[in-house]
Amino acid sequence: MFDRRLLTHFDFFFLLLILAVAVVGIVNLFSATYSWPVSARPIYQKQIFWLFIGLGIAFLLCLFDYRRLRRLAWPLYVGAVLLLGWVALFGKVSMGARRWIDLGFFNLQPSETMKIVIIIALAYYFNDRSHPQGCSLRDLMVPFGLLGLPFLLILRQPDLGTALLVVFIGTTLILFVRIRWRTLLLLGGMAAVTPWLGWFSLKDYQKARIYTFLDPESDPLGAGYHIIQSKIAVGGGGFWGRGFLHGPQSQLSFLPERHTDFAFSVFAEEWGFFGCGVLLFLYFLIIVWGIYIAFRAADKFGRYLSIGVTAMLFWHAVVNLGMVMGLLPVVGVPLPLFSYGGTNMVTTMTGVGLLLNVSMRRYMF
Amino acid sequence: MGNSGKNRFFALLAGVAGIFLVLLLRLWNLQVIEGPRYRTQSEDNHIRMVPISPARGPVFDRNGELLVENRPSFNLMVLPREIGERGTLFRRLSALAGRDPEALEKNWEKGKRQPRYLPLALAEDVGWERMELLAENAVDLPGVFIEAKPVRSYPFGDMAAHVLGYMGQIAEEELQKNDYEGYRSGDFIGKSGLERALESHLRGEPGNHLIEVDVKGKQLRILRTKEPKPGRQVYLTLDRNLQQTLEEAMGDQAGGAVVIKVNSGEVLAMASSPRFNPARFAQGISAAEWQQLLEDHRHPLSNKVIQGQYPPGSTFKIVTALAALEAGMVKADRAVFCPGQIHIGNRRFRCWRRGGHGWTDLRKALKESCDVWFYQVGFETGIDRISAMSLALGLGQPTGIDLAGEKKGLIPTREWKRRAFKENWFDGETVNASIGQGFVLTTPMQLAVMMAAVANGGTVYRPFLVSRIEDPTGEVVFENKPTATRQNDLQEENLRMMREALSAVVNEQRGTAWRSRLEGLRMAGKTGTSQVVKLKEKILSHKEDEIPYRFRDHALFVAFAPAEKPEIAMAVVVEHGQHGSSAAAPVCQAVFAHYFGVRPAGGHEGTVFEGD
Repeated sequence: MFDRRLLTHFDFFFLLLILAVAVVGIVNLFSATYSWPVSARPIYQKQIFWLFIGLGIAFLLCLFDYRRLRRLAWPLYVGAVLLLGWVALFGKVSMGARRWIDLGFFNLQPSETMKIVIIIALAYYFNDRSHPQGCSLRDLMVPFGLLGLPFLLILRQPDLGTALLVVFIGTTLILFVRIRWRTLLLLGGMAAVTPWLGWFSLKDYQKARIYTFLDPESDPLGAGYHIIQSKIAVGGGGFWGRGFLHGPQSQLSFLPERHTDFAFSVFAEEWGFFGCGVLLFLYFLIIVWGIYIAFRAADKFGRYLSIGVTAMLFWHAVVNLGMVMGLLPVVGVPLPLFSYGGTNMVTTMTGVGLLLNVSMRRYMF
Repeated sequence: MGNSGKNRFFALLAGVAGIFLVLLLRLWNLQVIEGPRYRTQSEDNHIRMVPISPARGPVFDRNGELLVENRPSFNLMVLPREIGERGTLFRRLSALAGRDPEALEKNWEKGKRQPRYLPLALAEDVGWERMELLAENAVDLPGVFIEAKPVRSYPFGDMAAHVLGYMGQIAEEELQKNDYEGYRSGDFIGKSGLERALESHLRGEPGNHLIEVDVKGKQLRILRTKEPKPGRQVYLTLDRNLQQTLEEAMGDQAGGAVVIKVNSGEVLAMASSPRFNPARFAQGISAAEWQQLLEDHRHPLSNKVIQGQYPPGSTFKIVTALAALEAGMVKADRAVFCPGQIHIGNRRFRCWRRGGHGWTDLRKALKESCDVWFYQVGFETGIDRISAMSLALGLGQPTGIDLAGEKKGLIPTREWKRRAFKENWFDGETVNASIGQGFVLTTPMQLAVMMAAVANGGTVYRPFLVSRIEDPTGEVVFENKPTATRQNDLQEENLRMMREALSAVVNEQRGTAWRSRLEGLRMAGKTGTSQVVKLKEKILSHKEDEIPYRFRDHALFVAFAPAEKPEIAMAVVVEHGQHGSSAAAPVCQAVFAHYFGVRPAGGHEGTVFEGD
């Protein structure tokens, strides 16, 4: 049975925001890979392809009521953890890390899947329980356990960036559910201590990245190269930018990984503070609208789901932008809708599909 | 939602807005306040990353003999944006490099589409002496330098060309694929054979130079080098000596031949002819030469051992016989009278020997290759049992060898016929199939695997060429083990009978391969001839030499040895070689003689079997 209200309540504004950023991203990819040899150029075309795949997934996800996901929450979670376990044992090794399962036509990255699954699992967990006084530490044991298991598995790959993102996403969701003040203070204290303990478990290259972040000039040609070149590109853009296809850093191959993690540097160099301001505002609107969708959601499950997905988009954007601007260490997190990559596009658009789903069913009960 | 509920949303919004504000302020700081400073820095950013291609891994034979290595190719390079007036410069360079000025101009035109700060190759592989000459002169020629690039080289020329494969520039479609992530346009990749199948092992990891350049883009000094990681080294199951023997024995006949170990599937030698010269591909082949290879009617680029599909002819009688025996349809002493032809249904089927073989049993039917016996027995056994036995022995499916592009041949079944022709199976087709004609198609590789299975008691092994792969440090990263794809439970008595009859083919007078016997070693084998066209009747009036090459029959021979305790098996197909006994069997004879260190026996006396 199809309810016509679903169509009238479809969140066209949100979809438009997403498309706007994606289109700017594709135009930017065109420039980022413009100086590449002819045969390698159509990166932007591949991104268009992935965008359509992503849109297809988002629309498919709108077709059923998101509340059905409640039943799938545990199977999805167990499945995703098993996939992570599988990848730890049999995954494809690339650049010293085991992250992928080779499916032939596509490299499946279970840690990406986990980002979405942990949101569904936590949303379902909190939906079932109510804590009128706020959560105590004991109430949080299970959710942090749910979060800790995939965190450790991803950390072992090793993929610090993704592992931390999963924790950020989960923690945002947990904090959003009401927590007692005392518990909050305790958690804050623990969060302040862990980095010092965690330092000893970091791999050498991870430590190197943090040293370099703290003082990039100490190693300008090695580990600091990314940060310095990126800052030069962004800063060189000035207020009005160097113009489309005219960024010297971007076009003359100084910038490494300029179509993936550092795509924003290319944009910043060519469009300047003005363009960056507009783009930043678009991202801000997406996040605010995500929170608004959560605010209007018809039930608790939908609300938590929306907060989780919005947190995912938010943390990706902030960590990537912070890294590109030299505010955070280089951890290899892509900018949603902007960096080239099929995996990232699929994860992002899955989240977008869930948000659209919650949004269009806000009057459903 | 209560007040506190709303508060949570406001807290969230405030947090988000705060963090975005921090980002915006940071941008303002970088782009507006510090902007001018960064702009100057970007203007005289003198550091550039230049990729270095890794040395491709070498390939060795089973005894550690080098089959493929790398040699440096010295290329004359220029930086386009530093070249002012080309006329005099190119004239001088062409004299130094020993190349036509037009050739240099042509390469210049080709490179026009790439960015001007990237170096461009004006002349490739100029050779050692020219390189020294150019290097001396390049000192006062701005924008000119020599690049040494590793390219493939082949100490044994075109030996095993189809196994090793050739290299070529990565194509646009390939760059798009996941398998070629991290490749750049212009990179060379394996295009066929093992070079292609083992691309990810052989390639290594590219490194790079960080170089400081001046305002014009001329390199001042190298700041840091990340060394490329050389590719892995590959050890094959091939035996270089045996491979050469096999190729010599094939001579200039077109076709495919392969030698495998019967108890493991290791490929000791694999030859397809005519061959091509892989060295011609090492730096990119010229369009004209490529076209010529493509248009050659003897197909030098295809590996006929795995890609040539031929009717197996009388070599298929081994399968038919086993199918009949295992099903209990006939006993080995089943006698059929061969008057030179037989009527089945309302059709007449001819034996290759017009005069007939007289009373014939299984042993004689195999030894003298009597068609009539097999027409009758094959008809009684039925196509279902024959195709089941074919599939059980590895025919009609890829053998799974570690090369790309393997063809699977064709074993017809009733169901296949219905699908392909929308027609029922006819008895006449069974009769044709029992002597390996009609629809049946096999590759030489499949025939060798089938022969090995008959020799080893029924186990079908997956043939393989790669023995092991080692890191540059010598650590073994991959090791091949024999894998049995099928284990057939064949009756020992039947197998013994088959081996005995196949041995008679070679070692007894009147056997069709009597002329190819060895001294002091019993080889077992079966000859075969497969019709290329059904024009036979019309052409029969011709003398054999007058039949146009492309209408001549293919000659086949399959064998294993020693007959009593088989070690290696082999299949040979000589395209348009007319008779298995005269064109294909001698190839096996030469290879087995070399492998076992024995001599051919008998010279050339004895009958030539024109029909088989």
